[in-house]
Amino acid sequence: MIIALTDLPELTPAELRARCVEAVRHEGRLAALFSPDGRRLVAVLARGAELEALTACTDGQYPALTRDLPQAQAFERDLYEQHGLRPVGHPWLKPLRQPYGADDTYRIHGAQIHEVAVGPVHAGVIEPGHFRFQCNGEHVLHLEIALAYQHRGVERALTGGPDKRTIHYLETLAGDTSVGHALAGCLLQEELAGCPVSPRARALRELALELERMANHAGDLGALAGDVAYLPGASYCGRLRGTFLNLTAELCGSRLGRGLVRPGGVRAELADPADFSARLARAARETDQAAALMLESSWVRARFEETGRLTTEQARELGLLGPAARASGLAVDVRQNGPAACLGSTGDVEARSCVRRDELKASADYLVRLLEALPDGPLRQEVGPLAPLHLAVTQVEGWRGAICHAATTDAEGRFAVYKVVDPSLLNWMGLALAMRGQEISDFPLCNKSFNLSYCGHDL
Amino acid sequence: MKKLLQVRLAQGHRTEARPEVPANFPGRPEFQPERCVDGCTSCAETCPTGALQPGRLDLGACLFCQECVPVCPAVRFTPEFRLAVRRREDLWLEGDAYRLAEALDEKARRLFGHSLKLRQVSAGGCNGCEAEVNALSNVVFDLGRFGVQMVASPRHADGLLITGPVTEAMREALLKTYRAVPEPRLVIAVGACALSGGPYRDHPEAHNGADSVVPVDLYVPGCPPHPATILDGLLRLLGRL
Repeated sequence: MIIALTDLPELTPAELRARCVEAVRHEGRLAALFSPDGRRLVAVLARGAELEALTACTDGQYPALTRDLPQAQAFERDLYEQHGLRPVGHPWLKPLRQPYGADDTYRIHGAQIHEVAVGPVHAGVIEPGHFRFQCNGEHVLHLEIALAYQHRGVERALTGGPDKRTIHYLETLAGDTSVGHALAGCLLQEELAGCPVSPRARALRELALELERMANHAGDLGALAGDVAYLPGASYCGRLRGTFLNLTAELCGSRLGRGLVRPGGVRAELADPADFSARLARAARETDQAAALMLESSWVRARFEETGRLTTEQARELGLLGPAARASGLAVDVRQNGPAACLGSTGDVEARSCVRRDELKASADYLVRLLEALPDGPLRQEVGPLAPLHLAVTQVEGWRGAICHAATTDAEGRFAVYKVVDPSLLNWMGLALAMRGQEISDFPLCNKSFNLSYCGHDL
Repeated sequence: MKKLLQVRLAQGHRTEARPEVPANFPGRPEFQPERCVDGCTSCAETCPTGALQPGRLDLGACLFCQECVPVCPAVRFTPEFRLAVRRREDLWLEGDAYRLAEALDEKARRLFGHSLKLRQVSAGGCNGCEAEVNALSNVVFDLGRFGVQMVASPRHADGLLITGPVTEAMREALLKTYRAVPEPRLVIAVGACALSGGPYRDHPEAHNGADSVVPVDLYVPGCPPHPATILDGLLRLLGRL
């Protein structure tokens, strides 16, 4: 979506709030909420792939959306933290990308209550974050998730661009989503420059995006199996994740797809689509076989079923995205083409695993069809200067869910504001809620079933 | 049980004796500074991190993005994945031979050569390096067969494997973890961020790599490095190659 800043519908903060609440009531969601200057609010509403932007001018404070729209909680904490813009009535403006203070954690007091603190350095090879459990025995009453250890100032550094570092910031917003975020950022620049890419470049981008989804879903299935000590699942899926990464590397040299998506097209080529397609289909079959073995095992089911449950209503309220939302039966998906979304219903670890297995299969089927007739066209075209004084918003259905990038340009066509919404920003609250009432020993399993990004959240 | 065995057979044996990288893998560049054109600054204008400068190339800051290739006559990337070095200055390519990592001295090799336990600290960055370090433990690379293992506590570790530029928010946690490892201890820095700050070089929110906080014994370049590159570096350090 692209719109001149002067054409943005101007509302009062109260009207903007009402429009957002109304949209979410009717299958919509809040895709982004930010301020270019600490006074003006810009809200982006999404319904599937459709986007709409609204704006309102505040006097430094406005009635908080979060009271009626829990999915706005992180956006409003960001507004307050970055600009001091105060959402009046927000339940708790705790830090988002700055360190937590001593009073920023919710605490339960009582003789039977104890607190378990974990991180930022974890036992596994994972990103840093701090988790604080309020427990009664083994029973988790509340989980507080304090992130920000990965904060490296990427949004700040993206303003003033595009420049020679822009694409590298995009590719490292979340390393496991290099293709997804680079794609969202490049689509944004192409939209602002009015330069669509060729059909061939578009198809190769789709190929890379689905390979990224398949690699991560396979890896997640393996990690979930590992967490319940089901070693066949962990070994097979761990290896197959690498097979998908290696297929990506054949396209561009990098297992994570670095260098593949570039403004104006792709820097990749595929010499023999038929052979590539056959190997991809084989890896997908082997993953499906490993996943079936694992998900049929009573050993695994005993741990996965009814663990970390989220209802459809909870998923909707929190604005959850991607497989985490779909596992709870919430059909949120921003793809206009590509494989269809797969739904679950029970909202537990089992459902989140099954959705991954089904999506991996759907991606493989889609890619086999795509590779049968790859369209022609130049791989990469020149992207002209960006339109000055415009707002552009793009969405990409990454493997974790909808990635949203929004930017405004200044009079010279440079980024005046660049906002990144990784699905993790919304989904972390889903994990916290899924842990309520669980055994603390189920935390690693629940965590893995969401597998959220720390760096994509902390930026 | 029958199905389990069938799947086990179908999945096959996957551990690779010698890991391979694809033919288009952007590995160690061939750098020929004599091909630099007088007064040419196209490298500085193109290189995102300032790794490529007239007459020299810093592999510690290089993202291996190859953006320089179309504009610089002095650089050509090869699929050579062996890249790890012992000293930061060895990462500067100036046209001479590349000094790959030497093994630890004999005393250290006696201590660590057959069993090396590492605690990984993710200190900022994008999780790309962590993903590739994790891949080392899968059945293809099977790090365990070399006696190298990632452990859960610094108290159980012989050293740290650090990724990320060391964000200010992680500085103290990294230092505490380092001090918790009993001496003698090794530090292995993996990836452009941990070597130089990577794409976040000179950001006020982060430091410019692991050696701005703790002394480093092995530098593994890449963004992220291929698991084969990390494995090669570890084995070189232990004198196993």
